[in-house]
Amino acid sequence: MRFPMKIVERLLEGVFKMSSSITSIVILLIIIFLFKEGFGLFRSPVVENGYGLYINSKNPIADINPTQIKQIFDGEIDNWKTIGGNEESIYLFRFDEIFSIYTDEELGENYQFLPQKLNNIIAENSNIIAFFPKKYMQEISSNTKEIATKNIEITDFVLGKEWLPTTTPSPLFGIVPLVLGTLLVSFLAILIALPLGLGVAIYLSEIASNRVRGIIRPAIELLAGIPSVVYGFFGLVIIVPIVQKVGNISAGETAFTGSLILAIMALPTIISISEDAIRNTPLALRESSYALGATQWQTIYKIVIPYASSGISAAIILGIGRAIGETMAVLMVTGNGAVIPHSIFESVRTIPATIAAELGEAPIGGTHYQALFLLGCVLFLFTLILSIVSELISKKQTSKTA
Amino acid sequence: MIRSKNIQQKIAFHIFRLLSFGILGILVWILGFIIYNGIQVISWEFITSYPKEGMTEGGIFPAIIGTIYLVIGSMIFAVPLGIMSAIYISEYASNQKWVRFIRIMTNNLASIPSIVFGLFGMALFVHTFGFGDSILAGSLTLGILIIPIVIRTTEEALKAVPESYRLGSFALGATKLQTIKNVVFPIAFPNIMTGLILSVGRVSGETAPILFTVAAYFLPKLPQSIFDQAMALPYHLYVIATSGTDIEASKPIAYGTAFVLISIVLTINLLAGWIRRYFEKQNSI
Repeated sequence: MRFPMKIVERLLEGVFKMSSSITSIVILLIIIFLFKEGFGLFRSPVVENGYGLYINSKNPIADINPTQIKQIFDGEIDNWKTIGGNEESIYLFRFDEIFSIYTDEELGENYQFLPQKLNNIIAENSNIIAFFPKKYMQEISSNTKEIATKNIEITDFVLGKEWLPTTTPSPLFGIVPLVLGTLLVSFLAILIALPLGLGVAIYLSEIASNRVRGIIRPAIELLAGIPSVVYGFFGLVIIVPIVQKVGNISAGETAFTGSLILAIMALPTIISISEDAIRNTPLALRESSYALGATQWQTIYKIVIPYASSGISAAIILGIGRAIGETMAVLMVTGNGAVIPHSIFESVRTIPATIAAELGEAPIGGTHYQALFLLGCVLFLFTLILSIVSELISKKQTSKTA
Repeated sequence: MIRSKNIQQKIAFHIFRLLSFGILGILVWILGFIIYNGIQVISWEFITSYPKEGMTEGGIFPAIIGTIYLVIGSMIFAVPLGIMSAIYISEYASNQKWVRFIRIMTNNLASIPSIVFGLFGMALFVHTFGFGDSILAGSLTLGILIIPIVIRTTEEALKAVPESYRLGSFALGATKLQTIKNVVFPIAFPNIMTGLILSVGRVSGETAPILFTVAAYFLPKLPQSIFDQAMALPYHLYVIATSGTDIEASKPIAYGTAFVLISIVLTINLLAGWIRRYFEKQNSI
């Protein structure tokens, strides 16, 4: 009887040990999947699947990058010389225009003459760039060539100032406006939440009676428990109209509105961590301060706060991490304009809100889908770094206390 | 001089008191807003009937059921794994480096934004495993999200059990497993329960992870298997508050949904506090 018992013990210990690695496995899997999908973006053709860009074969341009495509089709570049070609104005030809040049009869009943007509148009115009489905270009004549599109590069992604994920022929995935939006909203939120949270933390740990503490602390726990979508709803119905009225602006969905909501959401984190840090200040330090004739308030701001500063910094960083990753509330109240913000009373779009808003519409495996996963990687790295930094700081605090 | 520093202290303390009660005020404001508007909508019919007329009328029954399924599903997945993991860390592990590593990983997992879990769940469960948008995929995603919470609370609960209890048990000839089963776990149980209940609150309120793994805008019938899509309360609130067919007309439904969500959170918080206090009293005798 004793022998099988031992086996069971060993067996269970093994099971426990295996399950203890679950968090590591999950993190590993998250990294693999996010980065696998995300980095596919740099290996995918930028032009929509099944479509091609065609030019006259006399045109010396061999390849073109996504930004150039976008500028050409927006009319910002109107001469081939700008991108290293001949001195010739660019003739932009979209697929639909074929129907205004040729009648349905000329194109044939089943559009069987369409490929040939397209070839003709390209052959006749040396300055043309045409965008249409590849299926009409299966037999490319000697006068026509498909222009190679360069893949998106990491610098396009990291330094790109425009996030236009669905424009044709080539979408643009520049994360600068999204990163700026995220940082603006998060830092503003912490700027609002920090003085408030610190004040409350001091009150709770140094001043409040047990009875008051017994009321406020559960209230803060409750505040932490409210789902973010409820905060978003509250913000949408209450805060947005207030901001609109007070700020006298046309739409109340702004970066400022988002930071107000985020500040409320970050308060519980900031309060509880700074309260712990303040509480950990050794009694001897306080008593020496009192002995020198300092008041309780002087002791707090000259002794306790400096002593607890690293714990408070950890709280700030953790709060920023929370704010950066917060999705639903921000999505609902910031208006989601994916442009570089110039003031806090403009609509902004954060990284998580972008993922939440666009992933549902992005075709699976397409460049847009991959770009959103890449945003997930960026978010993952941001929060990972912040969490490591805050851990290092609070370790410093612990060693000081010890 | 002495007076001025006393006045300074008085002013500062008054400001802090004001701030603290200000926080209380914010909570009352949010809860009051939801409860006041929600209670006018809420009725037995609202809880037990299907949405009608493009979400502008009817109830939220399928969303409530969907959330219950997701809570159960994620707990089935996360609770055993989390508890076993915590038992290993606090009772068995002798290699401190491994323990530190696990703890860092658990902290990091807890700090990952919930939308990233959504992306991950979509890539792994929905597409790679081929579960599709389903309760299974959603439950697994949410389960991963709460594993760090389960591990942490369980670990803390186990650590709070005095070492002398374990030694006493060993002295009576009990094996490690027997000690855990008969001595450590029963004492730690109330605290573990508290942690589990709080993670139920977390699961029922999360929206971002379920957006692309399970949530459906509207379903005419309840999910029949774990491979079906489901509606869920937080997603329902998000959809009707931002992109319903007629946002003004469906506002009462949004209030009602928010009310039900808030009630769940409040109940869970109260329950957790109550359990903690109840067992504290029992243990102290």
